[in-house]
Amino acid sequence: MFKPRLSRLGALTLSAALLAGAAHAQEKMTLTVAVFPSLDSSVKASLAAWNRKYPNVTVKLQTQEFADHHNAMTTALATRQGLPDVMALEVGYVGKFADGQGLEDLNGAPYNAGASKRLFTPFTIAQATGTGGRFVAMPTDIGPGTFFYRKDVLDRAGVNPATMLGSWEAYLAAGRTIKQKTGAYLINTAQSMYGIISRTNLKPGEGIYFDKGNNLLVGPDNPRFVRAFTLSKQVRDAGLDAKIGEWSNEWYDAFKKGTVATQFSGAWLQGALQNWMAPETKGLWRVQNLPENSFASWGGSFYAIPSGAANKAMAWEFVKFMTLQPSAQIEAFTDNGAFPALLSAQNNMVFNQAVPFLGGQRARLLWRDAARKTQPIDVNKYDSVADQIVNTELTNVLEKNKDIRQALADARAQILRRAR
Amino acid sequence: MQDRLPLRPTRDAPKRWSYTRLQQRLAPYVFVSPFFILFAVFGLFPLLFSLFLAFHIWSPLDGLGNWRFVGFENFALALEPSDQFWSTLRNTVWIGLLSGVPQHLVALPLAYLIHTGLKRWQRGVSTLLFLPYITNAVAISIVFGVLYSERLGLLNYLRGMVGLDPLRWLGDPDLVPTSVAAVIFWRYVGWNVVLYLSGLQAISEDVYEAATVDGATGWQKFRHITLPLLRPMMFYAFTLTIIGNMQIFEEPFMLVGESGGAGAAGLTSAMHIFNTAFRDLDMGYAAAMSWLLFLAIFVLSLLNNFLLGRGDGGAR
Repeated sequence: MFKPRLSRLGALTLSAALLAGAAHAQEKMTLTVAVFPSLDSSVKASLAAWNRKYPNVTVKLQTQEFADHHNAMTTALATRQGLPDVMALEVGYVGKFADGQGLEDLNGAPYNAGASKRLFTPFTIAQATGTGGRFVAMPTDIGPGTFFYRKDVLDRAGVNPATMLGSWEAYLAAGRTIKQKTGAYLINTAQSMYGIISRTNLKPGEGIYFDKGNNLLVGPDNPRFVRAFTLSKQVRDAGLDAKIGEWSNEWYDAFKKGTVATQFSGAWLQGALQNWMAPETKGLWRVQNLPENSFASWGGSFYAIPSGAANKAMAWEFVKFMTLQPSAQIEAFTDNGAFPALLSAQNNMVFNQAVPFLGGQRARLLWRDAARKTQPIDVNKYDSVADQIVNTELTNVLEKNKDIRQALADARAQILRRAR
Repeated sequence: MQDRLPLRPTRDAPKRWSYTRLQQRLAPYVFVSPFFILFAVFGLFPLLFSLFLAFHIWSPLDGLGNWRFVGFENFALALEPSDQFWSTLRNTVWIGLLSGVPQHLVALPLAYLIHTGLKRWQRGVSTLLFLPYITNAVAISIVFGVLYSERLGLLNYLRGMVGLDPLRWLGDPDLVPTSVAAVIFWRYVGWNVVLYLSGLQAISEDVYEAATVDGATGWQKFRHITLPLLRPMMFYAFTLTIIGNMQIFEEPFMLVGESGGAGAAGLTSAMHIFNTAFRDLDMGYAAAMSWLLFLAIFVLSLLNNFLLGRGDGGAR
């Protein structure tokens, strides 16, 4: 009896504070927003519009490198010291943060974000929802997944890209032809095959590694993992992967020289290729959906409000401004390729425009379609533990010929011990 | 002058408090307090807090106070033979041996050569050798990352020139420990040379002169004078290497990433503890592993003490 009363009292107090905060919006104040690159570009692109709406509220942007930002936010939440008013979170972290108690549950009053959930690309809501249904962050950008291919390489090999769509086996067969005819590798690393197959075709209520009921899915009896490991092994055995890690100099070099024919990625890769990775390859790239009519997401960013934030009312105004205003989302999209999470923003005219870097392909429509077909994937606080253990076992399979079922059984045993 | 000094109050004398008196009493404590305050905040508190956490399950996102007591569960978890802690400890010891043993095998003769043969250039050579030690670890790792690059790196280019196939220095689990160890060796060998040089300079020339008079050869002088008299310095240098190598973090972290690279072959215990604490947010388990790592370092240091530290009177 005592607890509900307290929480009701807390909600009332917070509501009053938020109302008071809104009423005092005209007073001069500073709102601290902690972000990571390149989300800071999105915020900067929207600041002029924000200042027109709230001329007395100065946004103080705290930008730190990706890992530093999330470590700093973890420490701030632990000690409740140095908390910003608004905290940006990347999709890999939002699940863990959702299970903690340091962020405001946006379902409850006075936020009542429940009504806004249907405005976003559906799968993002599951990403920001922790066990117990706490909804801790509003999505701002998403990474709809497709696969990029070098049209010039496929043309030289005489491979019709459409033939790669039917099945993963057809994708591999095309890879053999590409390797034989041009010498180019099909994919950067066999691990990427595992990465994509393990996160597609999930049943409702499933995450990658755990289901809704916290049951571990990894194991020798799970066809998804067996297939992901088997196909990765086939890629390695056939010599179709360049054994290149992502975000390495060799990865960028492969993009420039066309030594790797295809790359699974979120839509954001187009911006990165165009702006700094391989601008000279303009016109040589195309995108298409993943084989077997599967859909997945790569990346995504969110805004959350710490429970210990000083200016929650204005923080909520800022979060709404960045996530619910189509203009802010379009600004971010055109500025640095941050694909809008907001459905209404995805109906903007810019989506119909051709993308010159992709040879004039109207790729944004493809990405939009992929985003809407991507199924929600439940997150679990032990995802990172499982991910690390499974990837180590996959390397044992690829590098040391460990039996696939044994590797998955070992991974299962290790994860079960750690997921307490 | 004597009577101007404040008199120490006797048991019977009434206590008279004054600002001056208080100042005189407190001043020494105030002057020494910065060390104790800093030690308490940055040394003692984290130490005790990590010991406390080692017996709890706690995610920092839950805030202070929301911890659950689990007794020795975290230690038991780490000590199970199948736990990743063991594989990271194996990686750490292996990388430590691969980098640490050659460090001393090279540093000691090099220091002796500099001391005996390059007296005029001693300072310059020492500075050059010491440079890697003071260079930023991140910069070093970036440079070595480029050297190790499979397709674009200098090492494989050189191998290609003599007709050898390229190696996956940072991509093959069997090669990762050696590649990481080479960077650590390069970085710390100069530090050890400087340590040994200072040890050599402390040995009196008289002993060598006496040995020369007795007809000792260069090798005999090195074997019977230099080595025994350097034993205390060797013990010190070995201890620093053991402690440093068992806590190796920066070089593998920058070279192969937080996952430890291919097959997690470059994942050291310190990296695993960092990942467990800040990526997996399992602070209790990370704290327990920190204490186990401390114990491992302690045991190895004891072993070193047993082998080299006893009878440092070898110098006598």
